[in-house]
Amino acid sequence: MANAYDAIVIGGGHNGLVAAAYLARAGRRVVVLERRERVGGAAASEEVFPGFTFSVFSYVVSLLRPEIIRDLELPRHGLHVLPLESTLTPLPNGDYLAQWNDHDQNRRELARHSLRDAEAYDEFGRLMHLMSRAVKPFLGMAPPDPGSLAPRELAALGRLGRQLRGLGREQFHALHRLATMSAADYLDEWFETEALKATKSASGIIGTLAGPRSPGTAYVLLHHYMGELDGVFRAWGFAKGGNGSVSAAIAGAARAAGVEIRTQAQVANVIVGNGRATGVALASGEELRAPRVVSNADPRRTFLELVGERHLPADFVQAIRAFRFRGASAKVNLALDALPDFACLPGAGPHLRGAISISPSVDYLERAYDQAKYGEFSRRPYMDIVLPSMIDPGMAPPGKHVMSIFAQYAPYHLNGGWTDARREAFGDAVIDTLAEYAPNLKSILLHRQVVTPADIERVVGISEGNIFHGELSLQQMFFLRPVPAWAKYRTPIAGLWQCGSGTHPGGGVMGAPGRLAALEILKESR
Amino acid sequence: MLTPTPFHPRTAPLCRSHAWRRWAGCVVASAYELSHEREYHAVRGAAALFDVSPLYKYRVHGRDAARFLDHVVTHDAGRLAAGRVLYTPWCDARGKVIDDGTVARLDEATFRLTSAEPNLRWLQDNAAGFEVAIEDVSAATAALALQGPNARAILQRLGDRDFEGLRYFGLTAARLGGVPVTISRTGYTGDLGYELWLAADDALPLWDALIEAGTPYGITPAGILALDVARIEAGLMLLDVDYVSAGRALIENQTSSPYELDLGWAVKLDKPAFVGRRALAAEAVRGPQWRFAGIQVEWDSFERLFAAAGLAPRVPLAAWRTSVPLYAGGEQVGYATSGVWSPLLKQYIALAHLQSRWAAVGTALEMEVTVEHRRQRAAARVVKKPFFDPERKRA
Ligand SMILES: Cc1cc2nc3c(=O)[nH]c(=O)nc-3n(C[C@H](O)[C@H](O)[C@H](O)COP(=O)(O)OP(=O)(O)OC[C@H]3O[C@@H](n4cnc5c(N)ncnc54)[C@H](O)[C@@H]3O)c2cc1C
Repeated sequence: MANAYDAIVIGGGHNGLVAAAYLARAGRRVVVLERRERVGGAAASEEVFPGFTFSVFSYVVSLLRPEIIRDLELPRHGLHVLPLESTLTPLPNGDYLAQWNDHDQNRRELARHSLRDAEAYDEFGRLMHLMSRAVKPFLGMAPPDPGSLAPRELAALGRLGRQLRGLGREQFHALHRLATMSAADYLDEWFETEALKATKSASGIIGTLAGPRSPGTAYVLLHHYMGELDGVFRAWGFAKGGNGSVSAAIAGAARAAGVEIRTQAQVANVIVGNGRATGVALASGEELRAPRVVSNADPRRTFLELVGERHLPADFVQAIRAFRFRGASAKVNLALDALPDFACLPGAGPHLRGAISISPSVDYLERAYDQAKYGEFSRRPYMDIVLPSMIDPGMAPPGKHVMSIFAQYAPYHLNGGWTDARREAFGDAVIDTLAEYAPNLKSILLHRQVVTPADIERVVGISEGNIFHGELSLQQMFFLRPVPAWAKYRTPIAGLWQCGSGTHPGGGVMGAPGRLAALEILKESR
Repeated sequence: MLTPTPFHPRTAPLCRSHAWRRWAGCVVASAYELSHEREYHAVRGAAALFDVSPLYKYRVHGRDAARFLDHVVTHDAGRLAAGRVLYTPWCDARGKVIDDGTVARLDEATFRLTSAEPNLRWLQDNAAGFEVAIEDVSAATAALALQGPNARAILQRLGDRDFEGLRYFGLTAARLGGVPVTISRTGYTGDLGYELWLAADDALPLWDALIEAGTPYGITPAGILALDVARIEAGLMLLDVDYVSAGRALIENQTSSPYELDLGWAVKLDKPAFVGRRALAAEAVRGPQWRFAGIQVEWDSFERLFAAAGLAPRVPLAAWRTSVPLYAGGEQVGYATSGVWSPLLKQYIALAHLQSRWAAVGTALEMEVTVEHRRQRAAARVVKKPFFDPERKRA
């Protein structure tokens, strides 16, 4: 029987769609099977409350690869990434710290808090720029395998080695410190303003069950400087229409390239025969055959559920079991009747078009983590907030607003487990905390949606609700992601590939795993 | 002294950047905010409000108005229906472009012509024998461009009627917030958008009404820097930047025919007579020597040039307006006249004059770029114009 498809992609998350689009553009016949009623996975927009559209899960665009935007002509399919302009950190004493894109405006604001920090900021930026330049090539390539002696691997390693050696001594040492230190310790060496250190260190803890004083959290600071290397110039942007429009644009490009996309098509298992994947069986009983199966599901789900241990080597199974998820993040999405009024900066203003970070001090963040460490959610959580309707008015009816709150920590392994009551209790903790800074919040609240890691697991299918398909900690990155020696999208099952965030370079709405997986597959089948 | 536009009392306090630009002897904002970035994104994502009052505007009225315009411009102005607008260049007798602009037919006997440079004398000189009056209404007529996907919704909120039916390049009289205006579905951004024409005396009430009604839709006053990015993405050229008026050229080489500017579609040789027709008919047979084309710089090549100098690539965030050589096979075959990094497309794009044989879409070229004080060449390619052409522009 001839196969109808050259490749089956399990899962229509943005990475699955990117992989499918690249394969189809190279002439392959591809079908994408998505269990939900819509594509996008964790990059989805939904009209949750009439007239109000939420980016239910992911809410800003980080490092969506410009080469994907160009290759797939995503703007033609409706993608428009709008810049986020600032970060506001309201403080308990009624003051605030703002970080602006404009250099002079930013310096003046920092100088209000510390003249030294205002100067250090530029130096810090310069060093981070240089280091991110050294690290960036790692993002754009399939990771070479340091355990292999194959000439191709050695050559690739050599290239990276030279790149790192090209760094000056100062930068090389800084890079080493970044890789090993905690975000808080690293920033302590640079700045004295507490709110600045806290707000910057927050990027090191996002999506991870770790605090700003946990070692290894410093490295992620680099990611914020990578955008400018691509002509993107912002690490963070907001997709018009919400993050679902990123997925919709990629799906549009995929369809235009001939990809068939089926929703409500849950894959029950990968069909394996003689150590080869030959197709998939759907929950409905239907079977589809193809010489290549590409999984966008996370590594645990892919191997332990869809493939099954019996088809896999024991040490591989062991490594997959050890791959850490431990979701720690929740979303609270609000429909608002009017704009929130921050006590520190009353009224509407440009500060409402950027991010708002509830991170007054490193201690505050660390305390929030302490509670999670012992299985409780944070009573006073860290929050990263945006008002999408301020950037794209189409997200809410005219004059009304939507607010997206990313909140930590809400550990997946909550003592006693997540229940409806605990979900709402966490929602209350978020609202109560935020209302201390924006006193009118409760009176303008029309509707709220609370999404816990348990909800993320149930709805998007990500194990333990980890937003990145597995923690983005250094021991789970690069050639170690998800499992050493299997970091190149290949698996111990011939014909079975991975393309999701559980592979290099990891989570976030960036599309890189999907693209790199497709390029590897095409290399193989040329 | 430069002339403030009728909107100046409103635009001046908004101009936090204090960055102003001259335009036809007037001053308009380059960017209101410290960077033009958000103003640009408003064009593509919400609605941008541009003060375009400095445009030259002529009222052409009389029994022979249609025949007269048909005689001076290359496009079919004579057959233009009332309530329609067309874009056209006009030429001298040698078939070289003098200027370009829009012709709007307000009613049977009345037209409005816009242009980048003053054209009254030239129009009057060509009006001999036509029963027509030409009046410069530039100062008396204020103009705004409301451009972007939310533009229609804003007009809808403010208007005394439905604008759904106003087609691309259509024109209608209406009241917006009580102010009488003519609204044309035109613009210089290649997006859904409208231009609003009104008596200068009504400028402030209209501005206020638009800002109030538009705020929930993200209306954003925007300056020339943002406009320049959008018009390059739209593949639209600019007099004195991308070409030289035949009336000002000092040497033959500085002039361009409509064909050389990729405006052949707006030259109607089936019209019996118009200024420049004979020369243009000959050129149509011969084929133009030059073409005006879209160029895309290849990112990988561009990035490599910077990497070789140990730098991250630097892209032009504001449009440049200089002449940049283009090469093929080691020889210069053309020059780009406007270029910018498109924040939407994530592409470095440019508009260029190319010798015809190098102008086909897909042709591989090289563009000069300066990296650390050294002139280098980055791979580039001829691509289709407009670079960005959303369906909503016409829908
Ligand atoms: C709450 C939250 C907030 C986040 N915030 C941000 C942010 O602001 N910015 C950012 O860059 N990143 C953010 N992230 C991370 C980012 O969204 C994810 O890393 C990314 O979207 C994952 O994409 P993916 O394509 O790899 O996988 P997913 O989006 O998880 O897609 C996998 C798809 O596979 C489907 N699937 C799974 N199993 C099966 C099966 N058996 N059969 C059929 N289909 C199946 C799922 O339904 C899903 O659609 C956030 C994530 C979450 C959860």
